Amino acid sequence: MEFKDYYEVLGVERDATQEEIKRAYRKLARKYHPDVSQEADAETHFKSLGEAYEVLKDPEKRTAYDQLGRNWQAGEDFRPPPDWDSGFEFSGGGYTQEDSAAFSDFFESLFGQGRGFHGGGFEGRASAGARRRSSMRGEDHHAKVTIDLEDAYRGATRTLTLQSAQWDAAGHLEPHQRTLKVRIPKGVKQGQRIRLSGQGAPGAAGGPAGDLFLEIEFATHERFRVDGRDVTLDLPVAPWELALGATVTVPLPEGAVDLKVPAGSAAGRRLRLKGRGIPGASPGDCYVVLKAVQPAADDERIAAAYRQLAEVSGFDPRPEWMDQSEGDRS
Amino acid sequence: MTTRDITHLRVENLDEAPVMTLGDICRACTVHAEWIVELIDEGIITPEGRHREQWRFYGGSLHRVRTVQRLQRDLGVNLAGAALALELLEELNDLRRRLGDRG
Repeated sequence: MEFKDYYEVLGVERDATQEEIKRAYRKLARKYHPDVSQEADAETHFKSLGEAYEVLKDPEKRTAYDQLGRNWQAGEDFRPPPDWDSGFEFSGGGYTQEDSAAFSDFFESLFGQGRGFHGGGFEGRASAGARRRSSMRGEDHHAKVTIDLEDAYRGATRTLTLQSAQWDAAGHLEPHQRTLKVRIPKGVKQGQRIRLSGQGAPGAAGGPAGDLFLEIEFATHERFRVDGRDVTLDLPVAPWELALGATVTVPLPEGAVDLKVPAGSAAGRRLRLKGRGIPGASPGDCYVVLKAVQPAADDERIAAAYRQLAEVSGFDPRPEWMDQSEGDRS
Repeated sequence: MTTRDITHLRVENLDEAPVMTLGDICRACTVHAEWIVELIDEGIITPEGRHREQWRFYGGSLHRVRTVQRLQRDLGVNLAGAALALELLEELNDLRRRLGDRG
């Protein structure tokens, strides 16, 4: 087990005042809060912050930690001396974070349930005592599931590994892992929530099990953009396909379809395939945006063809700019 | 560890129609009904139905309640502050998504 330097985590001096510690924590918490931060390791970072603050904000725990930590360096292999906390009376406290089960082994070895911290209430939740009362409904569980757009069209099954903390017979929090194979129904949307009744934590003493809530997240698709049940696809087309019209095979999530590009289409035109978005009671639409691409004139014959087209058509792409550019030149 | 196959179970879509009751929301977030009422008063979530017993919520409310819960607990903001942060975050995420779309 590694020794953790909680002062280093919060970026404060060892003689920092409680106010300084609070300020440092608040500032870093705002920066690394998983709901706010875009940083990849925000969650891990935020948990370390919470753990460090949990100890340093509490004068009793801080004093105990200081006595212990004087000679230790962060990362050093650590084992708490026996009875290190004797002589300290820890009044309540214990964990106050919801994700206390995720605190490090280091924290657990110093301040965990096994170390005589009493009355570790869970802020905003049922207390440990209340949970062990007879016949209680199990906790609801929440998880995120990432699926592909194609899965929303067809439905899919996913295997989830859920982590949770459960109370053992002795009243200790034990990490618990289980895997479930679940069906994701077709027609789900980005951000959508689904519920599986009775698939949360088991109830205590005959109480009913909690529910499992899943939030659906779409993996970024290389071709489609998704907005609710509507999907949008950029379709590359050649200038002559826009001008003369064409039938193009378009790969939709549910399978390829032949799309007629009307003659005389402008680049950027949006064609709607009604009802070909994500299926549902009111299915979405599929939008195809025509995106002009043209061959490079890196071959003399292609260059000649471009010049001929310019000459034959006498085409002016910017007729409305004429007056102004004339004016500029004078 | 064995994998339990629950693919045969009924999956409830929580965003197609408002199906969650006040009790459901309270249980799912482990909070008291009074606090949910405060969130409704603050305009953070809005139930369908006029009277408390008839209130039904969309799944999106669940997400908002849980985010406000985390913001309050972790950052010590009050309800109005959490509501403001929530709205700005939603706007930010929407913009990020649109920006990502163009890339």
